[in-house]
Amino acid sequence: MDPSSFLFQAFVYLAAAVLFVPIANRLGLGSVLGYLLAGIMIGPYVLGIVGREGEDIMHYAEFGVVMMLFLIGLELNPQMLWKLRKSILGLGGLQVILTTIIVGAIAVFTQLNWQQSLAVGMILSMSSTAIVMQSMKEKGLMKTGAGQSSFSVLLFQDIAVIPMLALFPLLATLRATGGGDAHSNSLIYHMPAWVQALIMFGSIAAIIVLGSFVIRPALRFVARTRTREVFTASALLIVVGIAALMTQVGLSPALGAFLAGVVLANSEYRHELESDIEPFKGLLLGLFFIAIGASIQFPLIMDDPWAITGCVLALIVIKAGVLLFLGRFFGISTEQNFIFAFSLSQVGEFAFVLLTFALQEGILAENATNFLIAVVAISMGITPIVMLLVEKFILPRVGTDEIVPMKPADDIDEKNEVIIAGFGHFGNTVGRFLRANNIQATYLDLDSDRVDVLRKMGFKVFYGDASRRDLLIAAGAEQSKIIIIAIDDAEMRLQMVESIKRHFPHLHILVRATNRFDAYNLMNAGMLHVYRETLDTSVRVGVDALILLGVRPYTAKRLARTFLKLDEQNLKKLASIRNQEEYITASKMFIEEIELIIQADAQSKKISDDGWDSETLREEVRSTNTI
Amino acid sequence: MSKILILFAHPLYEKSRVHHELLKQARTVPGITINDLYHHYPDFDIDVEREKSLLVAHDIIIWQHPFYWYSAPAMLKQWQDLVLEHGWAYGKKGRALEGKKIFNAMTSGGGEDAYRSGGHNRYDISSYLIPFERTASLCRMIYWPPFWVPGVHRMDDVQIKKFSTQYRNLLTALKEDIFPEDEINSLTNFNQLVPLNTE
Repeated sequence: MDPSSFLFQAFVYLAAAVLFVPIANRLGLGSVLGYLLAGIMIGPYVLGIVGREGEDIMHYAEFGVVMMLFLIGLELNPQMLWKLRKSILGLGGLQVILTTIIVGAIAVFTQLNWQQSLAVGMILSMSSTAIVMQSMKEKGLMKTGAGQSSFSVLLFQDIAVIPMLALFPLLATLRATGGGDAHSNSLIYHMPAWVQALIMFGSIAAIIVLGSFVIRPALRFVARTRTREVFTASALLIVVGIAALMTQVGLSPALGAFLAGVVLANSEYRHELESDIEPFKGLLLGLFFIAIGASIQFPLIMDDPWAITGCVLALIVIKAGVLLFLGRFFGISTEQNFIFAFSLSQVGEFAFVLLTFALQEGILAENATNFLIAVVAISMGITPIVMLLVEKFILPRVGTDEIVPMKPADDIDEKNEVIIAGFGHFGNTVGRFLRANNIQATYLDLDSDRVDVLRKMGFKVFYGDASRRDLLIAAGAEQSKIIIIAIDDAEMRLQMVESIKRHFPHLHILVRATNRFDAYNLMNAGMLHVYRETLDTSVRVGVDALILLGVRPYTAKRLARTFLKLDEQNLKKLASIRNQEEYITASKMFIEEIELIIQADAQSKKISDDGWDSETLREEVRSTNTI
Repeated sequence: MSKILILFAHPLYEKSRVHHELLKQARTVPGITINDLYHHYPDFDIDVEREKSLLVAHDIIIWQHPFYWYSAPAMLKQWQDLVLEHGWAYGKKGRALEGKKIFNAMTSGGGEDAYRSGGHNRYDISSYLIPFERTASLCRMIYWPPFWVPGVHRMDDVQIKKFSTQYRNLLTALKEDIFPEDEINSLTNFNQLVPLNTE
């Protein structure tokens, strides 16, 4: 087959992605690195399947970046921004500024001029949202101090990309290499500067006005036709249209897409737009990273491996150092601060975007760009290793002890019969109830701040991943009777269940479930005591509604208990007949599930209180009288 | 051979001294079904179908309970209200329980002396049990005299032990159908039939 044909290229890129992304995910490296790896493999230095045409691909792939910024704009919820303003602006803002200054200052001492140094500083101040968020989620740290602070910093960086993109053209000292964002072919290139400026501001205003007064009504109109693919087409049209407009007036398409996203963030179609654009963005962005991977210049690295290694290590130390300093300043506890600082110590995928842009705009030379791309990719690649080292060598010294500090000998015999994993809203309610009735439990939690507070208050708390066997043994799982799994994360709950079933088969496991599907999974894992967190509350709402409608409270309560009982029966029935693998999408699964539940409700035999109802008795008495 | 079902109703079983011993002894008699109502229905949501099939499967039914305010704890009343349905347990077509035997096995704070015409409570114990007797008759069951452990407020462990042994012996005898029916019907309580062991 002709190697330059569209089908062949598409095949190579897709095959590489399908092969390497799952492998990278399996190894805990995350999908961004998977794409980079795929690019390296098909690139000129390994298999050599793609060569020059990689740059053409890059132009299409960059559109993924535009879409990503549109989505970031869509997700900017003003209320959340306001709530987190202190940590976003303070922590995030200072991180970007300080890192830019320090890295930039060092860069000036190399052969770079100040404009280039500033650009390098800004580029390297970015961290990887994809890597950090994924690993925080996997470790169940999203709600901890480290997780929340990381979220704020990453959010600020996402937003900071916009002004950086706007600023970059001003830093150009070399001849622009053209590329996708060519000023020369914009319509207004030949006009006087003040007209250009006017048109630029006009376009931005136009996006805001269009977004509010044209796009929203138009989306409403399209949505009413109930044709799914037309809505998808409209979503793409918005992004493509804005990108085209911005290119024509010489502005960054990414900037325009971001603005449009912000304007539409409050619209009722936000979620639809998100889910429609998401797969396109994902694929194109994947393609973008593959293209980056394919363009990594290995001879350059091999020429001077020590320079690269030195740069990567120095960068990690600088970035982590800045974050540690700021974290302390913002009152993050020591252990959380180390997790936070080193999690964010790599350079992120935005750096690739900015580097490509910097090359096109004539800010950085090709050599410098290639060198930095390699630095960024390596820093991302070794993040899991850095985190492992931090967990093994630093945290044990500075952090909260996993195990309750040794107590006086007379206390050691005290063994609690109950272990509660997770001390969030769910677990602490259970724990408080038990404590109010003089039952002391042993707790396991992942949030070191929470652990410290609880220990101070005299709780017996162990710190760490509750599915670990050694931690469970230390917490007394061998002597306990009951373990209550109250942690937030459904995946981690399943892991815990498996681990407990294997190592501590004598324990009664009581486990929280997010919803019916989660309950099915847990039941299939052999769990008998499964508690859906939304069930009882929803039924209580129903009871109060019945009471307000005039149903007697006692009757309403009894109806609720009947309902719960039948629902439990149906849950067991449905758990045995359904096969999760048959469902392709979660939403289809949900719809079919609702259908099944409602059918089951209708078929359920009503439990009636015939004993209290004297109707049949009255009939009998009357019929006897007439005889 | 009769099959015996104990319908046990005690809202604070964990603090009861006497019923603990009684049930402990009852459990030693093989083949007796003990149905702890407060354990199964903490919300008073009696599973009527389950209760009905239990009744059908047994010949002798015992309401075992403390004597609260001259009657049984609320759960037992709830049980009667819901399980003994018209058209099933009573009424023209309600013959499911016909011929089964039923009696109360109960403890009371007041002693035997209190339950007589000159005594503190002015009536004898069978007068207080008339609602149970009528309930049984309406369901075409044979109401047997009660097994009664009186005066539990002042009772020491030795006495409790004696009464529970007596209970066990009674259950064994009933299970084996040792007593002739007319002898049972002539009693005022079952305690007269089985000697209170002094061993």
